[in-house]
Amino acid sequence: MSNEGVIYRISGPVVTATGMKAAMYDVVRVGEEGLMGEVIELHGDKAVIQVYEDTSGIRPGEPVLNTQETLSVSLGPGLLTQIYDGIQRPLPTLEEEMGVFITRGVDADAFDLEKIWTFEPQVAAGDEVVAGQVIGHVQETETIVHKIMVPPTVGGVVKSIESGDFNVTQTVCVLEDGTEMQMMQKWPVRTPRPFQQKYAPETPLITGMRILDFLFPLAKGGAAGIPGPFGSGKTVTQQSLAKYSDAQLVVYIGCGERGNEMTEVLDEFPHLIDPNTGKPLMERTVMIANTSNMPVAAREASVYTGITIAEYFRDMGYDVALMADSTSRWAEAMREISSRLEEMPGEEGYPAYLSSRIAEFYERAGRVETLNGDDGSVTVIGAVSPPGGDISEPVSQGTLRIVKVFWGLDAGLARQRHFPAINWLNSYSLYPQSLDQWFRDNISQDFPEVRTQISGLLQIESELQEIVQLVGSDALPTDQQLTLEVARMIREFFLQQNGFHDVDAYCDIHLQYQMAKAILSFQDAAKSAMANGAVLNDVVNVPARSDLMRGRFEKGYIDVIADMVKKMTDEIADTVEEN
Amino acid sequence: MTGKEYRTITDVKGPLVFLNKTEPVAFGEIVTLRLSNGTIKNGQVLDTSDDLVIVQVFEGTSKIDRESGVTFMGDVFKLPVSTDLVGRILDGAGRPRDGGPEIVAEEKADIIGAAINPYSRQSPNDFIQTGVSAIDLCTSLVRGQKLPIFSASGLPHNDIALQIARQAKLKDSDEEFIVVFCAMGITAEEYNFFRSDLERTGALENAVLFVNLADDPAVERIITPRLALTAAEYLAFEKDYHVLVIYTDMTNYCDALRQIGAAREEVPGRRGYPGYMYTDLAMLYERAGIIKNKKGSITQFPILTMPGDDITHPIPDLSGYITEGQIVISRELHQQGIYPPINVLPSLSRLMGSCIGEKTTREDHKSVSDQMYAAYAQGRELRGLVAIVGEDALNERDKQLLDFSGVFEDKFLRQTRDEDRSIEETLDLCWNLMAAIDTKYLVRLDQKWIDKYHPDNRA
Repeated sequence: MSNEGVIYRISGPVVTATGMKAAMYDVVRVGEEGLMGEVIELHGDKAVIQVYEDTSGIRPGEPVLNTQETLSVSLGPGLLTQIYDGIQRPLPTLEEEMGVFITRGVDADAFDLEKIWTFEPQVAAGDEVVAGQVIGHVQETETIVHKIMVPPTVGGVVKSIESGDFNVTQTVCVLEDGTEMQMMQKWPVRTPRPFQQKYAPETPLITGMRILDFLFPLAKGGAAGIPGPFGSGKTVTQQSLAKYSDAQLVVYIGCGERGNEMTEVLDEFPHLIDPNTGKPLMERTVMIANTSNMPVAAREASVYTGITIAEYFRDMGYDVALMADSTSRWAEAMREISSRLEEMPGEEGYPAYLSSRIAEFYERAGRVETLNGDDGSVTVIGAVSPPGGDISEPVSQGTLRIVKVFWGLDAGLARQRHFPAINWLNSYSLYPQSLDQWFRDNISQDFPEVRTQISGLLQIESELQEIVQLVGSDALPTDQQLTLEVARMIREFFLQQNGFHDVDAYCDIHLQYQMAKAILSFQDAAKSAMANGAVLNDVVNVPARSDLMRGRFEKGYIDVIADMVKKMTDEIADTVEEN
Repeated sequence: MTGKEYRTITDVKGPLVFLNKTEPVAFGEIVTLRLSNGTIKNGQVLDTSDDLVIVQVFEGTSKIDRESGVTFMGDVFKLPVSTDLVGRILDGAGRPRDGGPEIVAEEKADIIGAAINPYSRQSPNDFIQTGVSAIDLCTSLVRGQKLPIFSASGLPHNDIALQIARQAKLKDSDEEFIVVFCAMGITAEEYNFFRSDLERTGALENAVLFVNLADDPAVERIITPRLALTAAEYLAFEKDYHVLVIYTDMTNYCDALRQIGAAREEVPGRRGYPGYMYTDLAMLYERAGIIKNKKGSITQFPILTMPGDDITHPIPDLSGYITEGQIVISRELHQQGIYPPINVLPSLSRLMGSCIGEKTTREDHKSVSDQMYAAYAQGRELRGLVAIVGEDALNERDKQLLDFSGVFEDKFLRQTRDEDRSIEETLDLCWNLMAAIDTKYLVRLDQKWIDKYHPDNRA
């Protein structure tokens, strides 16, 4: 059999070819127009292909050509600041080639192959290099040094190495055995890139969002799921994470989501400044946008394209954060293809392998010792869009079984305009134990205890609220009324955060701790004042308390918060004398 | 190219015809069927292979037998488009329904429509004033947005859609929209209502109507919105018009989709709807927007009736995940005799933030909108409490908020079907209504706006 076959059947994005030598996941060119596809099933001499472009107008009998390659991404200088579709075609190039509407049959290089980069060698002739070793540096953007690595399957002694200006396809290094290396390499998307070993994560990914960092922290190299019904703020949360988290690189996958939303990101990101480096955010970002009406098979591939790029930067020793919005659309793409294949469905029509695919994807997150002995991480944050907001459905459940952090978005909170609408009662993080040492060493010795007190107060509030619903808050003893007030302060002052406010959108982790302490100071001061006869209403209404609460919207809050707390506790103490 | 006529039908099932032994047939190709009695029907290829071709017949399969002739037309479904479309009424398959001549094509456009490259889109940020206070204040509409009306049977969603179509305009501009109206499975009565209203206001001259009624073939509904959007894209992106697409009722469309899925024996998703319904709906809704360096725009107003008033039903649920917000119609408000019965609490416009404020509407818009929403939400919640403990148990603040919730519905929401309030009128109305609440409880209003706009400070 040869590499060429003919089309036997076409059903939507699924095409069957006969008479072609094919292996699973081979990339093929379908029809006269050479549409890109991937072999996903073999039946005798029939190969079933998912096609990444629209198939209307294609007929049985047209040729199919097997490229013998697997679906791969190009990796090298030029990746950063790019915006790709699901199969790594740059959207700006597609616009040049086919106009504003995405048609088909156009191939595009992932980045400019002719662009000249300055290559600074890090090894010399005669050095022995191993797989993954850094042989040279390229200053790709102002903030990111792109490290050129020996491909994971190669190793040997350097015969010659260049220095100076080259494009990504020119050879910069030759080994004794004749292997030539360029700045660009390829890697199949469905195969995780190798590493030496996985470590337990022990550093938090600081996001600047109080409820996440303080109550439900995510580790660098961890995985988190954000399920929530529509309108609860998944996308806003994901975008805030992309903007403010302290990862060195961000891969943002817009998987089956709204076109206008992606446009907003594209308009906004180049103007935003990374609070951690002071440089434009775009310089550390790679974006993948496969909107809901773009071909469904490319949507299926988009998450793999994204995570392979993330792993590549991880191998350079960077901390990479990957946001996938939304994994439900990815799962639906699998469902759609599976049903075209007439596979026996599992739950709700999803294929039986849904949960293992989800698990495999999230398992590509992690903090690792890279092949070159460096330390790098990929943190994965996946949004889930459960139908009707009910997380008992298969995608949410498959995600929750594997991730260690669950940030549950709540329609009720969103309706009350409590943002971020993350429910503090059912969300969880399994990382505090491994991260507590970091918080003790870097923020404050009593950080974990303060967290426990804050979350404890929220728990008590939810129990008290049940009683209040029945009898009204006036019927409670004053100490419990105070607890309700303190909890209200936690919700309104601490948990609520305005993602669109210049100052409030990003909250320094040290400031978060101070704010939490301020709430506890209020509680202590109020308790002792009330024990000495002060009235709850007076205590709650001291002017310095509302000044303190409003202060978080002002710049330089961290410098004045201690004084404001002092003023508040003094005023509260004064309420005793008034009586 | 018109090919041979085949008489090789093997099976007919629901809206599908199966035939074998053909020349290679293209996926998506258009098909003509000639019945023994001379009737002509149209269809489209859903599945094609060397052995078997599956054709979906738009007009229903009644009277098709194994002797019927099938001709493959050699091309995918295309709509003849030209500016002559404006002012015309077409049926659900794009044929004239108004007795007028066939459309003379300037060009023929593929009705499936290609996705707009996200990189080529322009962010929508032009505020559209609908003259309906609830929408303008709380769920502001933006040119290029897709904002569905989530309604239910027996509610006046048609009146609201028409009122918006009549009144919608850019603030301080007389530029009008071309309305593309797409009816899917609605009753003749509803259609006549739309049509006579458009005629009465003269809007019909600036409209294109695609009409598939309840007794027209259900499968045809699959293509009706695609025709409407193809016409809209042509008018917007080739001819620089601002187009407002109203389609009703998406629920009938989704039911037709389910019917075809069932006939193909596909594995159903939730409630029997096909698993690809999200993608299918996205291919309609995502055809809204603005493109860089093009003057026109497409704004979409899909109407859907939620079966059993259930917002978690797959149709509203999947729509909500694709569209940029929703306007929810409330049966409770309707029964209280309030028009338009828009429940602002679950309603949302995701693009609102980019289109309101000093430069476009008024500087206090955001602040007023937040405060009106919060006060109304709290007032509504208190109603539940009052039912248990009585009004006397409320403190002063709660009493004011409770009263406000009634005033909000009666004075703010309520307006007549031809009342066109400017955004300034709406905002001033809000300030007058909020004056009934002590300013110390209006915590979401910036002090500078209170100083400037509060009636106490204006007099």
